[in-house]
Order: sequence, then C-alpha cells, then structure tokens
Amino acid sequence: MVATDKNIEDLRGKARNIRKLIIQMLGKACSGHPGGSLSSADLITVLYYAVLRHNPAQPRWPDRDRFHMSKGHCCPLWYAVLAETGYFPKEKLLTLRQLGSMLQGHPDRRTPGVDVASGSLGQGLSVAVGMSLAARLDTKDYRVYCLMGDGETQEGNIWEAAMAASHYKCDNLCGILDYNGFQIDGKTCDVMNIEPVAAKWQAFGWHTIEIDGHDIPRILQAYAEARTVKGKPSIIIARTTKGKGVSFMENVCSFHGVAPTAPETEKALKELA
Amino acid sequence: MAELLYQRDVYGKTLVELGKLNCDVVVMDADLSSSTRTGLFAKEFPQRFFNVGVAEQNMMAISVGLASCGKTVFVSTFAMFATGRAWDQVRNGVAYNNFDVKIVATHAGVSVGPDGASHQALEDIALMRVIPNMTIVVPCDGPQTREAVLCAARTKGPFYIRLGRAKVPTIEQKKEFVLGEAQVLCEGNDVAIVSCGTMVVEALAAVAELAKQGINARLLNVHTIRPLDTQAIRDAAKSTKGIVVCEEHSTIGGLASSIDEVVSESHPTTVLRVGIKSRFGQSGEPEQLFKEYHLTSADIVKAALAIVAHT
Repeated sequence: MVATDKNIEDLRGKARNIRKLIIQMLGKACSGHPGGSLSSADLITVLYYAVLRHNPAQPRWPDRDRFHMSKGHCCPLWYAVLAETGYFPKEKLLTLRQLGSMLQGHPDRRTPGVDVASGSLGQGLSVAVGMSLAARLDTKDYRVYCLMGDGETQEGNIWEAAMAASHYKCDNLCGILDYNGFQIDGKTCDVMNIEPVAAKWQAFGWHTIEIDGHDIPRILQAYAEARTVKGKPSIIIARTTKGKGVSFMENVCSFHGVAPTAPETEKALKELA
Repeated sequence: MAELLYQRDVYGKTLVELGKLNCDVVVMDADLSSSTRTGLFAKEFPQRFFNVGVAEQNMMAISVGLASCGKTVFVSTFAMFATGRAWDQVRNGVAYNNFDVKIVATHAGVSVGPDGASHQALEDIALMRVIPNMTIVVPCDGPQTREAVLCAARTKGPFYIRLGRAKVPTIEQKKEFVLGEAQVLCEGNDVAIVSCGTMVVEALAAVAELAKQGINARLLNVHTIRPLDTQAIRDAAKSTKGIVVCEEHSTIGGLASSIDEVVSESHPTTVLRVGIKSRFGQSGEPEQLFKEYHLTSADIVKAALAIVAHT
C-alpha cells in the first residue's frame, strides 16, 4: 500500500475501531488479556489491512500469506481484525470465551482465519519456521508473519526457532516483537531481563528493524523493508505501550490479564470514541 | 530361527519407500538420524529432510507448521525426548490441531541397554496415551514396523509409533496388521497373555512353557494401544481365568493400565502386570536388564500360573 496521508489516517481509524472491539469483547467476556491486545493493535491492523496477501472468503487459500499469533493470549485483537476483514460475522465477537463459541480463550482452528492453535508460549516461532519451509518445498512465494510477546522470548524454544530460521535462511519469515516491557508478574526488566534485544536477534543471524510500534507510517516501512531482506529472516522489534489507547490501562501491569469492569469498559469506549 | 531385524532399519527403508510415493512426506530428526535411521531418507531426499540439531521442542513445533501447510511429517528421535522433552509441543501443537504428524520414536524401554536410565523411556506410552487424538502403535518386529509406518502415512491425524533399539526376531505366526485390531497369536482359554512390542517374543516362549504344563494360554499382540481393541480384551476377560499383561514399560499408564480400564468397566477379572514397577532403568545388556526388571518369559509364566492357581 502506498503510504499516503489519507491511507495513514484510514489505518489509524481502523486501529481505533479494533481497539474498541477488543474492549467490548473483553468487557462482555469478563476475562481475557487487554494489555497486549492493545499494545500490538497497530502492528496487526496494518498487517491485515495493508500488507498481508489474503482472502477472507477463502481462509485456506494455499497461496495466502500466513500469520501466526505466538502470543495467543492476545487473540481478542486477532478476532477483531478477522471479523472486521470479513472472515466471520462481527456479532460472533461477543461470544468470546463462552461455551461452544468459535472464539476460544486462546486461538483455535475452529476460528476461520486461524491456521494453527496457540496459547502455550514459546512455540509459535517454530510453527512459523515450519510454514516458511513448507513454502520453499512447494515453491510458493507466500510470506509468513509471527507475532511474539516480549515476555514470551524468555522461553528457550523461541531461541531454538531463531537459530533454525537463520540456519535455513528463512527470508520469507518476518517476526514481530511486541516489546511493551511488561509481563504478568511485572516489568520484563525486573522479572527476567531480555535485553539487549536487538543484539540477541542479530547474533542469531536475523535482520532487525527497530520501530515505534504505534507509528503507522513507520510500521508500513518496516514491513516493506523486511520484504527486501534476502538470505535471512527479519524481525520488527516494535516498542509499544501496554494497554495503548486507554489512558487508565497504559503501562498498568494488572491489565495484562484482567478484563475491564463494566464502568471501566464504558470509560474506555468513551476514550476510544 | 526367526529372522532378526532392527525395527529402525525397517523404519528408515520404509520412509524411503514413502518418499518415492508421496512428495508431501517430510522427515525431521534432532541429531539422531544415524540412530533412528531417518538418515536413509535424508540421503535420498535431502530437500525434504530437516535435521534441527539437538532441539526436540523446536523439531516438534516446526513439524506443526509444516503439517498446517499440508505436509505429512515423520518426526524422529529417542522415545525419551520425543515424549518427555517435547510433550507440550506434542499436546498443544500436534494433537490439539489434529495434524498429520507421525512421531516415530526409537530406543524405547530398558533394551536401550548400556546408555542407562536417562535414555530408557519407560513412561512414553503413558505420556502419549493421555493426549486426545493420538493414535499409538507398538509394533512387535521388523515387518510389523513397516506395516505400521505405511498405515500411519495413509491415516489422518497424529501417531506415536514406538520402536526399540535392539534387533528383534520376526514373529512368524501373525496375520496382516490392521490398525486397532489385536492379533490373536495363540488360542487358549485358561489364561490370557496380552503383550506388545519386544515382549511378544517373551510371551510366545511363555505360552510354549505353559503348554508343557498343560495350560492353554491365549496370546494377544496388542500392537495398537489407541484405539484399543476393546472387544478382544473383553473376550479374553470373559473366556479365561485372568490376564497377564506384559510390556517393556512402566506398569503405570501403559498397556496394563489400558487393559485395566476396559475390564474394570465391562468384565472385572484378575490382571497381573509384567512390566517395570515404578523404577528407573540402568546400564547393562538388554538380556541382563530383562532379568533384573522381571521381563522374561519365566516371569510371565509365573504370573500366569498364579492366575490359574487362584481360580
């Protein structure tokens, strides 16, 4: 997509709408993870509306770009984007986390647009490597995107996958790190420091792109840059604000995994109006 | 004398066969391709073989990504690491998604021998059996390994196939492998002996010994642990005085537990277990270890006699 001012403004509006849906879903469900859903909302909205090659009418189209949400607890964001881009009716969003719903508490294949379940952290980058290798075997040109949380990179499996992606020269693979600086138990730097982040990924053979994860033109540029990198995987290290867009949730750790109450939902929706 | 074969040799050769038939067959290993014999496939189809190094969790989760794109992925390492180290990836990745990932694990049981306890998986069937969607096959010899692997390739969904390290004699008297159907190797109504894998040959020797003592034992080769042939188990429970279950596995959670679950619900009877009784393995030669852990035909005979004597 050409990054005209109109397009940028359009994407901003879409991201704001996605944030509203996230709050509505979580408010209705009374449980779930707002903080990380809001922090990665701009990254994933831009991905689905302006970057990804996909066809919501054919969720299993073989040539589609793949997206895998390794930080599965942020699925309210994914569900909102999938509904808004036409994978399933928007009314379904309010069934999140209910018995029998196609929208499980963590991603599941019963949701149109979800290729692989996630939720147990640390496994998703390996899944994305598998998708990337499958593209090579089938001589297809689709790209693979994988959203990870910062706390999630404390898992050893992530680094096994990082090593493999570089070894196999998976240049069709683009990691997205939602670096909001928080995990359930506190700040990542206090719980288990993950710094130096960029140096680690570079040492594992990745091309790193460091951006402000709420700067939409910069997000678009980052996806475009990743596409040009050959012979190695890329990762967009996106500095974000946990709970972004709702003043009383921003950088408040307790909103990692606690849904807003009814008054909080109302207040948040007013802010996002 | 029956032919002696390494199950893993047969596995490697069967993979090559499959590779020629189906270009969507992909094979993975975690630095044990010479031991598991996936190296045979690697030589023929280097493009479709991925050795991820010493990283079993990564291997299992990569297989999930490959399978999501339509590949039938054979994943191999030792049973200990396939089911222990990578359990979460198997449960949440392979099985929950119900993908075509076929875990073929070698070096199960104490017959691993000198490598000792850390490499002797005695809990792997238990670990796989609790996971929904998982089909579990324990072939008893070389030819049955080939049948099981071919069956896994043409059957949708996750498989766990358990192989040993040592050479095993080919069991002559069995019929064609049918998934989920126990094989009656000997007919008899005094006592039933239910076995799988490497223990089938011990069980056959036990049946011969019991026959000398005038006891007719029915011998079942339950190669498919899931889905279990519950009808064959119920029949054995009904028509005999009790069941001896033999397996080269912990007596907790494996074949014996599977049998218990069936008979306790439908036809309660005595079930005695010949297996490893909540102990770790240790170094030694396989024959020595079979004696040490009471896995020999003599142990099976003893259990069978106890059942006959009590009834």
